[in-house]
Amino acid sequence: MADIRTPARTAVRPPGGTAGRRAGRPPAPAGRRARAARATAGSGRMAALLVSPTLLVLSIVVLYPTIMALAESLYGPKGLDPRTGFISSTEPFVGLRNYADIFGEAGDRFWNAFWNTTFFTVVTVALETVIGVAMALIMHRALRGRALVRAAILIPWAVPTAISGLLWRWIFNSNGIANDLLGRQILWTSEGFQAKVAVIVAEVWKTAPFIGLLVLAGLQVIGKEVYEAARLDGAGPLRQFWHITLPLVKPALLVAVLFRCLDALRMFDLPYILVGAQKHSVETLSMLAQHEASNVRFGPASAYAVLLFLYVLLIALAFVRLLGTDLVGDGGAGGRRGRRRGIALFRRTEVTA
Amino acid sequence: MTGTAKWRHWLLYAGVAAVVAYCLAPFYWMVVSSLRPTTDLFDTSLVPPRVSFANYQAVFDPSQGFSRALLNSLIVAGVTTVLALLLATLTAYAMARLEFRFKRLILTLIIATSMFPVVSIVVPLLKLFTDIGWINTYQAMIVPSMSFALPLAVWNLTTFFRQLPEELEHAAMVDGCTRGQAFRKVIIPLAAPGIFTTAIITFIAAWNEFLIALSMTNKPAMQTAPVAISKFTGTTTYEAPFGSQMAAGVLVTVPLVVMVLLFQRRIVAGLTAGAAK
Amino acid sequence: MKTRVTRAFSSVAALTAAGLVLTACGSSGDGGSEQTGPASFEGRGPITYVAAKDTTGTVQPVIDRWNKLHPDEKVTFIQLPTDADSQRQQMIQNAETKSDAYTVLSLDVVWTSEFAAHRWIDRLPEKEFPLQKMLKPVMETAKYRDGLYAVPASSDGGMLYYRSDLLKKAGVAGPPKTWAELKDACAKVRKLPEGKGMSCYAGQFQKYEGLTVNFAEAVHSAGGVVTDANGTPDVDTPAARKGLDFLTGSFRDGTIAKEAITYQEEDSRQAFQSGRLIFLRNWPYVYSLAQKSKVAGKFEVAPLPGLNGPGASSLGGHNLALSSFAKNKATALDFMKFFTSEQIAKHFLQDASLAPPYARLYDDPALVKQYPYLPVLKQSVLRAVPRPRVVQYGDVTSAIQREAYAALNGGKSSAQALTDLQKDLQKVMGR
Repeated sequence: MADIRTPARTAVRPPGGTAGRRAGRPPAPAGRRARAARATAGSGRMAALLVSPTLLVLSIVVLYPTIMALAESLYGPKGLDPRTGFISSTEPFVGLRNYADIFGEAGDRFWNAFWNTTFFTVVTVALETVIGVAMALIMHRALRGRALVRAAILIPWAVPTAISGLLWRWIFNSNGIANDLLGRQILWTSEGFQAKVAVIVAEVWKTAPFIGLLVLAGLQVIGKEVYEAARLDGAGPLRQFWHITLPLVKPALLVAVLFRCLDALRMFDLPYILVGAQKHSVETLSMLAQHEASNVRFGPASAYAVLLFLYVLLIALAFVRLLGTDLVGDGGAGGRRGRRRGIALFRRTEVTA
Repeated sequence: MTGTAKWRHWLLYAGVAAVVAYCLAPFYWMVVSSLRPTTDLFDTSLVPPRVSFANYQAVFDPSQGFSRALLNSLIVAGVTTVLALLLATLTAYAMARLEFRFKRLILTLIIATSMFPVVSIVVPLLKLFTDIGWINTYQAMIVPSMSFALPLAVWNLTTFFRQLPEELEHAAMVDGCTRGQAFRKVIIPLAAPGIFTTAIITFIAAWNEFLIALSMTNKPAMQTAPVAISKFTGTTTYEAPFGSQMAAGVLVTVPLVVMVLLFQRRIVAGLTAGAAK
Repeated sequence: MKTRVTRAFSSVAALTAAGLVLTACGSSGDGGSEQTGPASFEGRGPITYVAAKDTTGTVQPVIDRWNKLHPDEKVTFIQLPTDADSQRQQMIQNAETKSDAYTVLSLDVVWTSEFAAHRWIDRLPEKEFPLQKMLKPVMETAKYRDGLYAVPASSDGGMLYYRSDLLKKAGVAGPPKTWAELKDACAKVRKLPEGKGMSCYAGQFQKYEGLTVNFAEAVHSAGGVVTDANGTPDVDTPAARKGLDFLTGSFRDGTIAKEAITYQEEDSRQAFQSGRLIFLRNWPYVYSLAQKSKVAGKFEVAPLPGLNGPGASSLGGHNLALSSFAKNKATALDFMKFFTSEQIAKHFLQDASLAPPYARLYDDPALVKQYPYLPVLKQSVLRAVPRPRVVQYGDVTSAIQREAYAALNGGKSSAQALTDLQKDLQKVMGR
């Protein structure tokens, strides 16, 4: 922790700027703008110090390979010289052809993978959210057996994905336990809609607890007295949930959902192990990129990776907009709302402490 | 009134039972499968008629190097978690408390970096690490793991920090603390549960990483648990060592859960700011 | 760097000696047309042997024996994951980074052409290895364009497992030699009380490499080819169609159970062992496992049946190759000779039941006593046709799996599937 101190001390500033933001004094619009300018100048340097280690590490581990991948995506596969029988050692520069191909030659497979990826993401994340929130609500209420439930909820999430893929492959085997219990033989791992179902079941099982745990954390922050007040106002359980619980756990829930979306969009191991490679019904963009790379076509593989990256980036941007007010706190009214809740929390802390 | 209360009570416990069953049923199957003798591999009876620990013995056979792999996983995931948390705490504090330009952009950038598919960055990284002689080292696994651990930690910590009232720090600063001291003495203890939750999440993500760990090592002594599991074989190429893979799965999962349970009181119970005291 | 320069030099020398003219496209740097003749194998010292993880515990003792004899040229065993795709991926990554971490590679037989064409492995001197003692189809898998790029270390062939007890009871004289005989035998067995509800035949029909193996076997067993002698695709033929029709027809008429579309080796083995199956196409590994199961003593093996007579198996197995980017190649070459010697092959057969590349071992009475299936396996391997030996094997096998699966699944007629496959293969191979 020693490294915290240096930037902190160098950044000691006259407390006026921050003191002005103390609770209870709703800032006037004009003053706010001026203060924001001052805050930007002052805390900018400190922020730079605090943020730069993270950015530095990320640029080493991600930026460098990403730029390599971007450059790679402009090259085509190496050609085979029919006379010598050898693959040429240089890759031809093809410009944007790898990208253009998704509207031509490679189009069918790309768009199939694109829709599979989207379908899996939407369905699994929606189910996970519902199940995860339900889990969190139940765990929050349950007084006895809480320890057991919490241990149980962690297990699916802690099982490594590869192992979980194998496990579900055996559960969904043509003579496996799933068909035994259902009393009929569904060929889960063959091409078709049932393969999608198998992937969704396995994925939701594994990751609903992730959302459950983070929402539970959010729920515990809500004080009991908030509910008391609501009950006095005559709000039913459903109203309480919609108007109190949900808004208050929103930041935690949205961050959880965001990370789930990003993960689901890059889904690879589970369909790969559970149903198999090159299955039209479950092939995702990551699987497609992997397939190209494994056939030594690094150019198209990188292009798919870049496209997937852009797709994911769009989703992330949407979330940042949604979350911005809660997370960044720099957006006008939203920022104030965030701060006001801070006050409410503060008061409650005093009450319970 | 008591009727409805009782009814609600039962409903709640039905819910608890449902959650437990949902989470544990497939895991139960994993445990049961790991306890079946290999000859009963395809058996689908819910309670195995014969129980054998042969699969567990197979996992810990010295040739698998599984205990060493567990230790390696612990080191890699542990160091990744600690480093990610250290860096992320600083960044998340800036995100949650300071006003500066490009904040949204930086936050977006941080999350964007975690989104590039690993399959596409592994070859450039391998080239880089081969050049600087990092193959078969812990840092070759730890540093790339930061690419997903760090964004996860930054985002989670930012939400947790923002949930803490800013006024607490201001009070501390009025009492003569510097910003850094206020942060260390007020925010860190209050946010400890949030930090622990983040640590667990990061730890599990790093613990389960496979492709990087596989590519960056070629010595058995350096492999992590998921890599070791991928090398389980039957006695012939085609034979699926399902039983011992499941046994290994149980053995990788259980220590994690135990560890989380040990931290549990601090993590979840203490998540409210008040209870952290 | 030094090794590369040496190699480039020696290859240029070889090129001049061969009297070839250098005009091709690659004029830059490494040169796209550089002919890699047998490289010079220089340097002695420690090397590595890279193969799938071995739990039979037979590989390390062999390496230990080598290490004892060559204390200055020790071999380290680098073990890769068990699934073939991961192995290939790791080896390609090693080549792409031009790393010298891997010296001797254990390649699946179908990878030879790809690795050779990319110059990830060195051409080997043929006279250094006892190739004439090896089974011819096996030896062919180690070649690319007449050059030897690998040395067979082990082989594998498909066999027909059948329930001899039921066949006898139903009055069927012997194992079927043709598909028609196989269906007849099934009809008779199914009339027995014990045969009620049994499936007739299964192979591996899940969409994975096993499907390519089974598809190629069906086509070859009907007298067709996937690629002709020059490596040109020629799969849209009446013969090939008869082969594929056997599989699709069997799925339709119930000779093959519907669930077999999800079978890999282990699922089909299980179906046979639990007594649900009369005939099974599988590898030799099933033999000893089935001996410990419910059907112990009730089954025997025979060569695969075909359309008008015995069929043709696909070939499995592994070849040793030498990474182009490795150091200490003189040691590597010696180690390869040692590791692929008849003596070691016999040891691997005895202790790990790996089918040897050497013809003589299949007739060794002591070994036949240990593995009664050896004579059948020899027949299988001798009549075997390797899967297409092409540079773009990954794309070829994808195309085969895609079309064959569509045909088996009922999504396409066999005629349509083969027409499409022919087009796909032509596109993939650029001719």
